[in-house]
Amino acid sequence: MHRQLGAKMVDFGGWDMPVEYPPSGGIMKEHLAVRTGVGMFDVSHMGDILMRGPEALAATQWISMNDASKLQENQAHYSALLYPEGTFVDDVIVHKLGQNDYLLVINAGTREKDHSWVRKNVNKFHCHADDVGDYYTQIAIQGPKAEATLQKLTNVDLSQIKNYWFKHGTVCGLANTMIARTGYTAEDGFEIYVPSDVPTSERVWKEVTDAGHEFGIVPCGLGARNTLRLEGRMALYGHEISDKINVWEAGLDRFCKMDKGDFVGRAALEKAKAAGLTRTLVGLEAVDRGIPRDDYKVFDESGREIGYVTSGSYAPFLKKNIALAYVPPEKSELGHELYVEIRGQKVKCKVVPTPFYKRAKKA
Amino acid sequence: MAYPKDYKYTKEHEWIQVSGNTATVGITDHAQESLGDIVFVELPKVGAQLEAGKSFGTVESVKAVSELYAPASGKVVAINDALNQTPEDVNKDAHKAWMIKLELTNPSETNGLLSVDDYEKYVAEEK
Repeated sequence: MHRQLGAKMVDFGGWDMPVEYPPSGGIMKEHLAVRTGVGMFDVSHMGDILMRGPEALAATQWISMNDASKLQENQAHYSALLYPEGTFVDDVIVHKLGQNDYLLVINAGTREKDHSWVRKNVNKFHCHADDVGDYYTQIAIQGPKAEATLQKLTNVDLSQIKNYWFKHGTVCGLANTMIARTGYTAEDGFEIYVPSDVPTSERVWKEVTDAGHEFGIVPCGLGARNTLRLEGRMALYGHEISDKINVWEAGLDRFCKMDKGDFVGRAALEKAKAAGLTRTLVGLEAVDRGIPRDDYKVFDESGREIGYVTSGSYAPFLKKNIALAYVPPEKSELGHELYVEIRGQKVKCKVVPTPFYKRAKKA
Repeated sequence: MAYPKDYKYTKEHEWIQVSGNTATVGITDHAQESLGDIVFVELPKVGAQLEAGKSFGTVESVKAVSELYAPASGKVVAINDALNQTPEDVNKDAHKAWMIKLELTNPSETNGLLSVDDYEKYVAEEK
């Protein structure tokens, strides 16, 4: 289907995924559509793990660092699965479907690893952890016009769904479809979970396309997804977070509830906190000409190598060259000048506040 | 977009328009299309001596960094500074958005490059 739309495809975590759709304008236009209008993404590659059983809450609390006991039914939050070392198995969105049902939405590249890790760690609880990723096609509709687009296709009053909440309702004639006000673009938007059979997925995709037509909806690929999340300082597994990076370094403290009771990784995190940080994630903006990119080295003013870029790109909405990088805390002050080595040249950058982009609050 | 008949082409997707012992160099429409939105072009300094087949700069799209290779040896006598400000010109019309002008060391060196027909065939096979 994406090929019919002229997409450039790439293998991503074993999935044949669209990077961008040149006929609709490419990454730049896709990115801007999400910031100013509406864009749609096929994110079916995301995995889904259903935690179900009388001890689903206890099991979720044990494997996920955020406090799932605070979730109400139909509410979701950002969290992460950790190794005993306090480093990342993956980041997740935890959805409370019901008293004994939690849905974890995970990354594609880590799906099998996540699932076997979850299963191994919940076996002492009365809780099943099932990989239900194949049952759903997940479509993200993102942008200031996302609500107006999706509202045409559902009987659910979308204005009543708050950020990081969800509801079930009829979408494109499909009853009991999950509609979540979540996303990975730092923009308002929704993610819908529809049956994964091809005719249904294609029909929904087309209906969303038609509904968004008046708002200039464009299909968006992984390229725009990456630049959008980067502007919003959202972590990507294998970049800002990994099995070598802990929660404090990644700056995800506010999603890690140390006082909720024990969980995998907690003891190591307590130790790490007491020991203090050796590196921290900062936002960089290039002052001189050049685009800092993934894995480029970072130097201080004296020429000492002090860190590396986790993600870097031209930022299509901000029209700046930006990056996220790990550097020692003493070099992380706002305004601090650092240098990123780009093809042998040290290009001056400065530490800037993140997220680089923050959407305006609704009036 | 049609490939100009009076240009020569490389397998690395540069074009060169030779006129006497000077030449103008850019990247092809196929190259800009494969790269996608071009956001950065880095060119050599005027006066730099280039060697055929060696990198003389880079062009970057949102996603990727790509080297530019000199189709022929020579001295850089002009660069298209406008591309610093509007690199997207390359997407709009790659065959007009030139990058550098060269004083060729040996104009006959370009005889070995691809003709328009050969290049079109080459691109068709690559696709």
